[in-house]
Amino acid sequence: MEIFWFMVLMTMLGIYVILDGYDFGAGIVHLLFTKSEEERKAVTNAIGPFWDANEVWLIASGGVLFFAFPTLYASAFSGFYLPLMLVLWLLIFRAVGLELRGQVHNRLWERLWDRAFGVASLLLALFFGAALGNVVRGVNLGMVENGISTQEPHYFFLALWNPTFDPLAAHQGVIDWFTLLLGIVAVVTLTIHGANWIILKTSSSLNERLKVIIFRLNFALLILVIISAGLWHYVKPFPLTNLRTHYWLWIFPLIGLVGLLGQFRIKQFKKDGTGFFFSTLFILGSFSTTVASLFPTLLPSTNGVNPSLTIEGVAADEYGLSVGVYWFVIAAILVVSYFIIQFRVFRGKMDDVGYGEH
Amino acid sequence: MEDMILYNRLQFAFTITFHYLFPQLTMGLSLMIVYFKGRFLFTNQEYYNQASKFWMKIFALNFAMGVVTGIPMEFQFGTNWAKFSELTGGIIGQTLAMEGMFSFFLESSFLGMFIFGEKLLGHKLHFLSGLMVFIGSWASGYLIIATHSWMQHPVGYEILENGRFVLNNFGALFTNPWLWPSFLHNQAGSLATSSFFVAAIGAFYLLSNRHSAYGKIFVKSGVIFGAVASLALAFPTGDLAAKNVVKYQPVTFAAMEGIFESEKGGSEIVLIGQPDMENKKLDNKIAVPNVLSFLTYQRWDAEIKGLDAFDESTHPTNVPGLYYAYHIMVGLGTIFIGIMGLATILLYKQKLYQTKWLLWILMFMIPFPYIANTAGWYTAELGRQPWLVYNLMRMVDGVSPTVSSGNTLFTLLGFVGLYILLGLLFLMLVLKIIRTGPETKTV
Repeated sequence: MEIFWFMVLMTMLGIYVILDGYDFGAGIVHLLFTKSEEERKAVTNAIGPFWDANEVWLIASGGVLFFAFPTLYASAFSGFYLPLMLVLWLLIFRAVGLELRGQVHNRLWERLWDRAFGVASLLLALFFGAALGNVVRGVNLGMVENGISTQEPHYFFLALWNPTFDPLAAHQGVIDWFTLLLGIVAVVTLTIHGANWIILKTSSSLNERLKVIIFRLNFALLILVIISAGLWHYVKPFPLTNLRTHYWLWIFPLIGLVGLLGQFRIKQFKKDGTGFFFSTLFILGSFSTTVASLFPTLLPSTNGVNPSLTIEGVAADEYGLSVGVYWFVIAAILVVSYFIIQFRVFRGKMDDVGYGEH
Repeated sequence: MEDMILYNRLQFAFTITFHYLFPQLTMGLSLMIVYFKGRFLFTNQEYYNQASKFWMKIFALNFAMGVVTGIPMEFQFGTNWAKFSELTGGIIGQTLAMEGMFSFFLESSFLGMFIFGEKLLGHKLHFLSGLMVFIGSWASGYLIIATHSWMQHPVGYEILENGRFVLNNFGALFTNPWLWPSFLHNQAGSLATSSFFVAAIGAFYLLSNRHSAYGKIFVKSGVIFGAVASLALAFPTGDLAAKNVVKYQPVTFAAMEGIFESEKGGSEIVLIGQPDMENKKLDNKIAVPNVLSFLTYQRWDAEIKGLDAFDESTHPTNVPGLYYAYHIMVGLGTIFIGIMGLATILLYKQKLYQTKWLLWILMFMIPFPYIANTAGWYTAELGRQPWLVYNLMRMVDGVSPTVSSGNTLFTLLGFVGLYILLGLLFLMLVLKIIRTGPETKTV
């Protein structure tokens, strides 16, 4: 039963990353690569009717995490207190920036909220990448000092950074050079992803330029992926144990690789959606590779005293998890049907949706 | 430890109070928007279609505020109340996860369609998407109150040796006797906020001689919905909710009503007075003899237990705060019935639109349902203290063990600053929408 909920949670998080990921990416494109009011309009039109519903996947994932793995929810949310609060504030700024910019027709006002939306999107991408880095690296569970736990074995607290930015230091921080690197990987990945979404959903003058940008960024991404894979070995020895014993798991990195390499053909794609398909593959592949290599661990421990948090160890009781399946299946069918309806209503290009002018 | 609990409580109280300013409008307003759109489908009067679209703009803004301030609520269970989440997550996680899956997806998907899709969908489907938004927002309220009800009156659980609460009866969460009275009371409160809001904007338009046709529609529907909501707040929902408190939390009831001593021969109902906790009495009291006994047990001489009948360690931690919150709620609720009753009579006699003094009153009523709703929630929450889960888990046992008070104060200050900014922006935009008015722009 725990495994079922684990799959559900990871699927929901994966969907969240893919959906809100393109919103973040669009925000970064908006901040860095748009040159005219018209291009900025194209970007906000492309995500306008969707970002709100996309964010729901985060809220719903949080709910499922709370319900199915309460101990992990309690441990991770209190341990990552400060970065989570920053993420909350950034989500507020992102939303406010998007919703407010069109409300007053004044250049200063529009630029202010454009920047808020763009910067918040960039920082959110960076933080979510760094969050993944923190999970991969592991935390000092039980806050062990000199071989003795100072807290219950599943609780911890991380400062935002430590002075050395060293992932292997005794006093860890949320941001060190390793998690920062993964943050940058996320920023580049989602920029490509968001740019692809804009190409898919609009027909603006921006699109041709975006293809060139995607092509160049993809080189950077390839190099970053190779470096971070190498450094992952340095931070965490033997990260591929699962993949060595279960060969079928190689399907995940393979999917990621197809997505990454396929993206290089961006200028040749006939259909506007192909690039988005490949960036989705890359995100799916790298996310599932990470999950598969950690399994069944959810949050690794960096000390020898307290064990890592595993699926089994943090799950709710059997009855609650079983009874949850009934309502969840009903809810999931409903959710899928809303999405089908929504995509049918808002299919095609969004150039004249007039987002933010209502 | 003291500081830690204080800051955690302040942060939750501040963020939830601010958050609930928005859903209390949107839940009721979604019903009124569905009414306007439905009325348009029925009568084919374009006025009603424009009215529904006008209120949808205000709804959308409030909804967005509700979403961005709502996410921190879900996160704070884990960030600030980790121990509580760990021990009860198997139970309250059910209803909270259901809220995400059943209502948030529904609301957000169909809200987008309602705002952007009128031309794409046609009027009937457009009405339907509005109806879906209404269902979603009420489902959200229902599931939150199911969670709240479990904390007030825990059911369907057992406690393991390690202190963990485990669910053993899923159905009990929804047949909880606390749930339905609280839910209906809350929804009536939400309808009061939105109907007073609609009536107030209508009164404003009538008094300032702008958009008068809409002003009349808004005043009329606001008054009718407002009268129904105000009556429903008192009876049956408020009455049932209070009887639950008498039955399951008698010590809370004593504190709410300001009864320090049990009295033989019937208890008076206190209208005004200030609790003096040192001498355990009410100062400057105005009270009506025996009425409380009658309202509670339908017998004039029934005995109601005062605070002296309970052990001090079970007394609510902030008796005066609880007493004031309750009296503000009830006092305002009574005034609501009076004003809306009068307005309904004048509406029936077709004199309301000309009765300027009453329109002025309606206009200035805007903040009071917000205050009453907030006071109502403070009554419920302060009434549950010192418990997190009534009679089973205390506040002090629920906080996050590793988050220092300095970090909590940092985020509390951050929230205060950010929400002040949000509040100002919100007011600015709402005023702009109201100033522009519901008249269609020629496209």
